[in-house]
Amino acid sequence: MANLKALRGRISSVKSTQKITKAMNMVAAAKLRRAQDAVEASRPYAVRMERVIGTLASGMAGRDDAPKLLAGTGADQKHLVIVATAERGLCGGFNTNIVKAARAKIADLLQSGKDVQVLCVGRKGRDALRRQYGSLIIETIEFAGVRNIGFEHAQPVAQKVLAMYEDGAFDVCHLIYSKFESVLAQVPSVAQLIPAQVADADTVEQPDLDGAVYTYEPDEEDILRALLPRNVAVQIFKALLENGASEQGARMTAMDNATRNAGDMIDKLTLIYNRQRQAAITTELIEIISGAEAL
Amino acid sequence: MADRIQFELVSPARLLTSMEVDMIVVPGTEGDFAVLPGHMPVVSTLRPGAVDVYVGNTDKPSERFFVAGGFAEVALDTFTVLAETAIPMADLDRSDLEQEISNTREDIEDARSDEDRQASEERLTQLEDMLNSLAEFTRV
Repeated sequence: MANLKALRGRISSVKSTQKITKAMNMVAAAKLRRAQDAVEASRPYAVRMERVIGTLASGMAGRDDAPKLLAGTGADQKHLVIVATAERGLCGGFNTNIVKAARAKIADLLQSGKDVQVLCVGRKGRDALRRQYGSLIIETIEFAGVRNIGFEHAQPVAQKVLAMYEDGAFDVCHLIYSKFESVLAQVPSVAQLIPAQVADADTVEQPDLDGAVYTYEPDEEDILRALLPRNVAVQIFKALLENGASEQGARMTAMDNATRNAGDMIDKLTLIYNRQRQAAITTELIEIISGAEAL
Repeated sequence: MADRIQFELVSPARLLTSMEVDMIVVPGTEGDFAVLPGHMPVVSTLRPGAVDVYVGNTDKPSERFFVAGGFAEVALDTFTVLAETAIPMADLDRSDLEQEISNTREDIEDARSDEDRQASEERLTQLEDMLNSLAEFTRV
């Protein structure tokens, strides 16, 4: 019975697939915890940075000599879109969702007649966008082999973006990444990086100063000029960390589903296998009995 | 008013230290300054150098950190230093640093592209800053 043998083969192959997905699930769960800790740990810096910039920027608003990173170049023609994705697949809809958001954003900008450039961070985003928007991709930054994203990885990206901005290569920069809400929910988000989007000074929680006022050293403008480029790096870093946590969360869910599917499939195949085996035995018995009766 | 000040050293990746101290001396861009409890609120940028933390009534800093620039914020009784690179001075070693510096010098000579050279040069300045503040430290 070749059929029985084929079934046995299929069952064992599904079983080994299940072993792999189960292992990937557990690895993702362990990595997720680390990635979540990293997101958590990066918060104090970002919060304080935002607060100081918020306070300073509200004082600068509307002034002609405000830094370009805050006020923009005055134009809105050339756009840079940074698409941050993962280096690997097999993580459910994670990469697809980011790319979908990126496509929508790019199409939207192109439709309104803007010039668009795309900077891909992560291999998967480049692979997915290459066919449709290949000519717009100016560069891809890959983090292949990077285990834990550190600030030193975000900084070169920020430097590249800032250098391009200085050269007047674009007016507005958006960053597309996946925000980590929970293990089950990762929301692709679009954040405006340049000109800086500053939280309103009123909405930012101010420390209690007992009526005292901050003194700035050197003056406010110089501090703001020093902080804004740093803020770009911090924003990118934050996005990369959120992406890392989202990726592991998405992979965990995807692999959990895959493991369960494999289990269902094994049950179904085993049932068919057993039925066929019994049918084979019955046929053999009938043959023997009818052979004996004929004698 | 508290007689101690809450000091926090934060890098983008994590909160490095958080402790109650008596005095901190930081390298501000316009000169070093010391922060004691009850200091007026200040926001200042930092140049590369040493952050000295004093706990208890001593002349010697109980802990020192090297920071490669950043900024500091004093609000009532809390003092926060935000630095991209912060290393405890005790982890720095003179001979290692000198070795690293000469390696980086070679890198600059061997650099094939302008970008590589620039990166190495930045690294070199940072290392020299480290060595300088370490030299000050051993003198104290």
